[in-house]
Amino acid sequence: MPEFRGDLGYEKHPRVAIRHEEFGGLAYHYGTRRLLFLKSRALVDVVEALADHPTADDTLSACVSAGRVSAEQAPACAAALPRLLDADVIRVRASG
Amino acid sequence: MATTLASRLSRGLAAPICLTWELTYGCNLACVHCLSSSGRRDPRELSTGEARRVVDELRELQVFYVNIGGGEPMIRPDFFDLIGYATGHGVGVKFSTNGTLLTPAAARRLAAMDYVDVQISVDGAEAATNDAVRGAGSYRAARRAMDNLAGAGFGSFKISVVVTRQNVSQLDTFEALARAYGAELRLTRLRPSGRGADSWAELHPTQEQQRELYAWLRERPGVLTGDSFFHLSALGEPLPGLNLCGAGRVVCLIDPVGDVYACPFVLHEQFRAGSVRDAGGFAAVWRESALFTELRSPTSAGACASCGSYDACRGGCMASKFFTGLPLDGPDPECVHGHGEAALAAAGAAGRDVPHPGPGHSHAGPVRQGPVFVPLGTRG
Repeated sequence: MPEFRGDLGYEKHPRVAIRHEEFGGLAYHYGTRRLLFLKSRALVDVVEALADHPTADDTLSACVSAGRVSAEQAPACAAALPRLLDADVIRVRASG
Repeated sequence: MATTLASRLSRGLAAPICLTWELTYGCNLACVHCLSSSGRRDPRELSTGEARRVVDELRELQVFYVNIGGGEPMIRPDFFDLIGYATGHGVGVKFSTNGTLLTPAAARRLAAMDYVDVQISVDGAEAATNDAVRGAGSYRAARRAMDNLAGAGFGSFKISVVVTRQNVSQLDTFEALARAYGAELRLTRLRPSGRGADSWAELHPTQEQQRELYAWLRERPGVLTGDSFFHLSALGEPLPGLNLCGAGRVVCLIDPVGDVYACPFVLHEQFRAGSVRDAGGFAAVWRESALFTELRSPTSAGACASCGSYDACRGGCMASKFFTGLPLDGPDPECVHGHGEAALAAAGAAGRDVPHPGPGHSHAGPVRQGPVFVPLGTRG
């Protein structure tokens, strides 16, 4: 499994459903049957926005600019993305 | 972090994570420990149309998957209709079966479906141990079902075992059986619920066996448990899982007549939250019922407050306490430190009433179709 890189484009895995919760969200992968906790609304917003931006780093910046992620939350969100890649909740976007 | 997450979870979710839906009280077996006292169908069971509307509700709530059981769910004539409807509407299906109706044709049908997981129940690694609780011929039927799934190329399924005094010595054999089929092994805890109320005294593991089980599970994080052994986490490092009672918080049950209970092990009026047939349906019960609101409010450790293990075991299983007549804010009857046994002795000496589930939908006489049930001991 290649390492996570902030300068690549990612997207939520198409077989993953995310349900918003008061604490953040629950992500369920219908293929692997794995359930994952997304521990903040900010992280949920980042995951859902990944497909709309050229790179993961761009996504984080955009979410901070839009006020959906605070500057304080941004590092924790960034740190969570490699784990989500390992769990197949997010995946590299095919180029094009 | 895990404790914070657990406490946030216990205060309520948008939808259950683990929703059990018993499709029917009918069953062609008569297992001695059946948690739902199943046997005879109930004339008020949800119709096909009503069941589809429940699926619609679950989809709206974004329930990811539903655990379908019973009774024996495959005896419903609309079984395939309903599971197909669910998976066709984004709700995954995991269903539990005794395997008697899992014919080669049924296995092929299941193999062709997406998002359906199958769990076959056995309670012994060979016929003698299994059939003593599940009835003559039930082991052979379960193995046949496993062979049929394999023959149909179904892929991985689950073998689910309720751990008893009689089968704790067979854990390695269960593991080998699962490995031989490329299946996952699931072990769950016996509760004194349903017909289990009458057989629990003979069947539940001893303290020493609980310690063996804990050590065995700690070495095998891949064995599933449905979070049912969290009371054993008081023995040392916690077992994987949420390690808390999820009733009304993370899990709940929809029964065959549409009643909603806090969990499958508390089929009792005290833990009935409402009905899917009420105005507002399942969603209103999940979100607003008095029972679930109460279960989601912070609980006190009660009699367990002075015990250093409370953080690990959270006082154990609500259903086990309820059906052994113990207070819910005190030790689990199988508390690994023996506090439960002491509490049971005190409750017995005080002549406390023990709630009894009643006969439920149990067959009144010998089971007509299939295996003949052989009762344990003097129970008849």
